[in-house]
Amino acid sequence: MDMKRDYYEDVELFKSGTILVWTVVLLIFLFTLAIYLPSYNIYLLNIIMVNVILAVGLNILVGYTGQISLGHAGFFAIGAYGTSLIMIHLHFPFIAALIIAALIAAIFGFIIGLPALRLEGPYLAIATLGFGLTIMHIIGRWDIFGGRMGITAPPLDLGISGSSMSWVIQGDVKIYYLILIITVLMVIGARNMMKTRVGRAFMSIRDDDIAAEVMGVNLTIYKTMSFAVSAFYAGVAGGLYGFVVGFFDPFTFNLILSILFLVMITVGGLGSIMGAIMGAILITYLQYDLLKNVENLPYVGGLLMTVSKKWFTVIGLANFSSIALGLIMIAIVIFEPLGMFGIWIRIKKYWKTWPF
Amino acid sequence: MAHFCVENLSISFGGIKAVNNVSFEVEQNKIFSIIGPNGSGKTTIFNMISGIYKPNEGGVFLENENLVGLRPDTIARKGVARTFQNIQLFGNATVMDNLMLGRHIHMKTGIMSGAFMLGRRSPAAKEEIRHREVIEHIIDFLDLQALRDLFVSNLPYGKRKLVELGRALALEPKVLLLDEPSAGMNTEEKDDLRIWIKDIQEDYKVTILLIEHDMNMVMGISDRILAINQGVKIIEGTPQEIQRNSEVIAAYLGEED
Repeated sequence: MDMKRDYYEDVELFKSGTILVWTVVLLIFLFTLAIYLPSYNIYLLNIIMVNVILAVGLNILVGYTGQISLGHAGFFAIGAYGTSLIMIHLHFPFIAALIIAALIAAIFGFIIGLPALRLEGPYLAIATLGFGLTIMHIIGRWDIFGGRMGITAPPLDLGISGSSMSWVIQGDVKIYYLILIITVLMVIGARNMMKTRVGRAFMSIRDDDIAAEVMGVNLTIYKTMSFAVSAFYAGVAGGLYGFVVGFFDPFTFNLILSILFLVMITVGGLGSIMGAIMGAILITYLQYDLLKNVENLPYVGGLLMTVSKKWFTVIGLANFSSIALGLIMIAIVIFEPLGMFGIWIRIKKYWKTWPF
Repeated sequence: MAHFCVENLSISFGGIKAVNNVSFEVEQNKIFSIIGPNGSGKTTIFNMISGIYKPNEGGVFLENENLVGLRPDTIARKGVARTFQNIQLFGNATVMDNLMLGRHIHMKTGIMSGAFMLGRRSPAAKEEIRHREVIEHIIDFLDLQALRDLFVSNLPYGKRKLVELGRALALEPKVLLLDEPSAGMNTEEKDDLRIWIKDIQEDYKVTILLIEHDMNMVMGISDRILAINQGVKIIEGTPQEIQRNSEVIAAYLGEED
């Protein structure tokens, strides 16, 4: 029944026993997934979860607060480089390094949030775009960051490296469990944040900043806070990403990546945690796996391959994935403005009243 | 000095003196109406009080504290809440969330305590529950029970006006500014609103400043009325005094030949 008896039920994480049961089932499924999936798929899942963290964070900024950022690859890079460098040079345990790096990203987020107090829409997009590109080039020209050659992530040590407390995690499967736990925590944190005072303040700024201010929301604090929180999420995602791929260079964190992040939340659904998760899963999957699978499709695959080789590039379907991504995005924006979240809502409504 | 007063308030936009040297005083827990033709500067006065515009001259005093120069959110914290002439709600949020935003200044939950709202005993959850109970009184008071979980953008105009009133009330203001609350309402809704404004005055002990074009309402509920025209004060007085004043009649109905 949908009868509420108590105000806590308004903000409760699991609104009913059924949801709780299904969440537990899903979590058990996710935790056992590593047993029966081949290693490449685990690697892909790791990338997906990293992108889920980032998309959820970006959605706090774009979907909930109504600001825009084309510089999230910059925060992502700060997280990746920060975590690895803190571990290499200061020998901090992984979690500490991750949090410190994410906080550094958050500080940068705060600084980028300052121009957001005066800029809106396209102007803010340009400002953040500048930040993203600058970070990429600074990292590329500075030896301590490994320059253009990039750096290799150190062993993922949960304890203190070089001592008896050392606890090194190796292999995609173990990293998978670590990332899964962190992802679940980050998503729950974001969801709770959005259900309480801070989330409402963000949302009020998105919908009507004058009314928000008149109701006592300090725009300076909350706009910069939104940037900082979002950058923190990007930093955590970046820190994890470094260990998933093992090696990265400055050009991993290019403009296209920032745009892909925006595509994830737009396709998934702005202003919804669930949407961000679904968008991140879909876009990452398409980006990493579409190529391979399309090639193997009967008839169509071969045809596309010929077309692609003739008109686009000799390597095969490399450019095709960008075109497909673009088409999917256009289709979703036209036919389902709420994104995948809108589809989800409709399915939910359908089953609620099924079979009528 | 009175509970709330405005002294020599002036503002000009370019060459136009939108409000020119307007002063008035409002006693605590009274209803004070501002009337005047369209474009006479009524809403501009409200915008200066709530900090959206900075007056060129003059002061706004709440309990002897000057509000001029403070940011709108600070003024809200000092106890000034308002509604807008053309409803400014948070459209993509539910009625409950809109009302809860009115509690913003009374709540403390930050990023961390919010993110760690795990279980009903966590501080954030306790605070949510406590303030949702406060909101429940407002929902009861304004008869919004059925709309609680609906998105504001789907509500009819009259209901949105009520939600906005509720949001301002949730702030527990000392001074409540109502900018044309009855605009767009039908006769029945207007009658209800009249009773509600009277009830707000009695139950919430707030000082109410009202901009309104519906003369029945203004004359019926106001303790004092200020009439302005083209940014200049014409007269201030009780409803009876206003009704008899020839300048007000001229501004509203035109000169007698």
